[in-house]
Amino acid sequence: MDLERLLKPKRVAVVGVSTSKENHPANVIFKKLMLRYPVEVHGVNPRGGEVQGWPLYESLSSLPVVPDMVIIATQASLVPKIMEECIRLKAGGALVMGGGFAEIGNTDLQNRILSIAEEADFPFLGPNCLGIFAPGRIDTLFLPGERMQQPPQGGVAIVSQSGALLVDLLVKFANRGIGVSQGISIGNKAMIREISLLNYLAADPDTYVIVFYVEGFSENEGAKFIAAARQCKKPVVVMKSGKSEEGTRAVSSHTASIAGDYRVFSEVLAQHGIVEAKNENELLAYSEVLSVYPRNIRGNVGIITISGGHGAVATDFLAARGMSVPQISPEVHKRIKNRLSPSVKDIAILNNPVDLTGSAVDEDFIVSYDEMTHAPEFDALLMLVLPYSPGLSVDLGAKVSNPSRKRVKPLVAYIPHVEKYQIFIEGFELNRVPVSDSIEGAVMMLDGMRRYRSWF
Amino acid sequence: MVLTEEINRILASSENRGWVLEPDAKNILSQAGLYVPEFRFAKTLEQALEGAAVIGYPLAAKIVSPKALHKSDVGGVAVGLENDDQLKEVFERFSRFEEFMGVHIEAMAEGLELIIGAKIDPQFGPVILMGIGGTSVEIYQDTAIRMPPLTPAEVQCMVDSLQARRLLYGYRGKPAVNMDKLTETLIGFSMLVVEMADHIESIDLNPVMCNADACVIADARIMLK
Repeated sequence: MDLERLLKPKRVAVVGVSTSKENHPANVIFKKLMLRYPVEVHGVNPRGGEVQGWPLYESLSSLPVVPDMVIIATQASLVPKIMEECIRLKAGGALVMGGGFAEIGNTDLQNRILSIAEEADFPFLGPNCLGIFAPGRIDTLFLPGERMQQPPQGGVAIVSQSGALLVDLLVKFANRGIGVSQGISIGNKAMIREISLLNYLAADPDTYVIVFYVEGFSENEGAKFIAAARQCKKPVVVMKSGKSEEGTRAVSSHTASIAGDYRVFSEVLAQHGIVEAKNENELLAYSEVLSVYPRNIRGNVGIITISGGHGAVATDFLAARGMSVPQISPEVHKRIKNRLSPSVKDIAILNNPVDLTGSAVDEDFIVSYDEMTHAPEFDALLMLVLPYSPGLSVDLGAKVSNPSRKRVKPLVAYIPHVEKYQIFIEGFELNRVPVSDSIEGAVMMLDGMRRYRSWF
Repeated sequence: MVLTEEINRILASSENRGWVLEPDAKNILSQAGLYVPEFRFAKTLEQALEGAAVIGYPLAAKIVSPKALHKSDVGGVAVGLENDDQLKEVFERFSRFEEFMGVHIEAMAEGLELIIGAKIDPQFGPVILMGIGGTSVEIYQDTAIRMPPLTPAEVQCMVDSLQARRLLYGYRGKPAVNMDKLTETLIGFSMLVVEMADHIESIDLNPVMCNADACVIADARIMLK
């Protein structure tokens, strides 16, 4: 199954554009693609006519081009015929938006379009899905673009069974400034399911991390998903809904009773280095950090701060997530001390956490980071930056990111996110150092790396 | 390992019942190279006494009946039997049970009670469970679950993920569990489970008695599809 034309279309047809209903899903998508995206778009309506000055075609066959993506936004009963026409025309694939299929018990109709598509090896998304959103490239979400906060272009691909939850996630990625390569809603996932997208995204040059929002797998599909994720050289993050068990099922053994669907899901994912996000905060933290540092750490973290209190809080969060805060060796201690500024040298507490005190200036952070990133006792570093401290400049992030560029050890930072400190945050983030607005969030990022395991 | 003829025969003969009787289950495990206590399946009191003379006291005795899946729930387990008189009393008591087939007698094993289990998960296929065993296993649920095949490193990781891992490494003067034997048992069991995956629904080996020298499967419940 070749998904390239469907998921990276240049020519798009929208079937079902209405001449009278301006808010019809097909109209919203048609108009949005026309006005905002670098794709060639054609609207189809069996009665022809025009919409806001654009002519509509009476059928797919009368289009001047062969579409890569056909968006089918008609009632369910018309879909089989339209899909057959797509196949005859050798379109790249279809996106079946409308409901009225398996989700309301109409499995016959869904099976019918599935067998039509399978016979021709013709890929389609859905039915009952919102399709795809790729910043600057394509957007088939049934909502006016201006109503949505859009994430920037970046390395995270999100695949979600639920379309509405996908939109929510995209908004949250946008709020955190985490870049997205594409979000794909798979709805009833009749033909294109998680595994086919995992394989496609594994080879997609724009994607560095693959995120799945999963309700459940079909029989044995979980085992195949794991095999595919292990083959994939990119981190895979999974969040599952429907974790609560149907408690009524009679079980005759202790093992069957303890190893319920979700426990098995959670533990076998972890076994294979697939990163399970238990909630949205984890999902965002893991996605962000793994798109910058797609690698595993054991979780021996060096902390640099100007506040003993912050250091203690971070230490507790790290311990709670199974990570450690090893002592600094005497040699590293000595080297840092020799390079600290005179006002800090004698008052800084150079254990781990390294407390540079409120007298610290940018250079003290840089020196500490530079020495600690080369020390074997640490495999990641956490910087707790309090931007109200008078010695720190807005250039701290830009300055400190120089050694991190060498990728000796991954660095994440905590900076309180208020508008006033935005320039501090950007100094880090624009230089590829992930920043969290909470200490716990920064620790979560480190945990994302600890959970990830690459098999290559 | 492929399933031996004996294992296939037992599985076929147990199919209608939906689960495997204790002596048959012990046979399967033993055929797979796992350690079970020395046992006899005694259909008569004479056979029980003969068996006891060979194995030696103290003994455990368990009822064998197609109606006794949960043996302890129906009063069908007696442990620490010291002599012929006690065995005789237990045999007579068990023999009054519905569809009584005989008594499974075996040597008593000692050590830390672990559970080793398996389940065929609808999404992921066979999975192996290991943790703190005994009758409260469902209360504490201190277990680890993995997909086979298991490796020694994975077994180590399972042990280390338990809340009660210190019990396995020797706690308050008790010797540590023999980690090589535990690893061998888990890996051997996981291979058997993969082989039997088409036949089984779930398996409880509980308790598996682990001490400094050995891991012995004291009780086994094999639920079939």
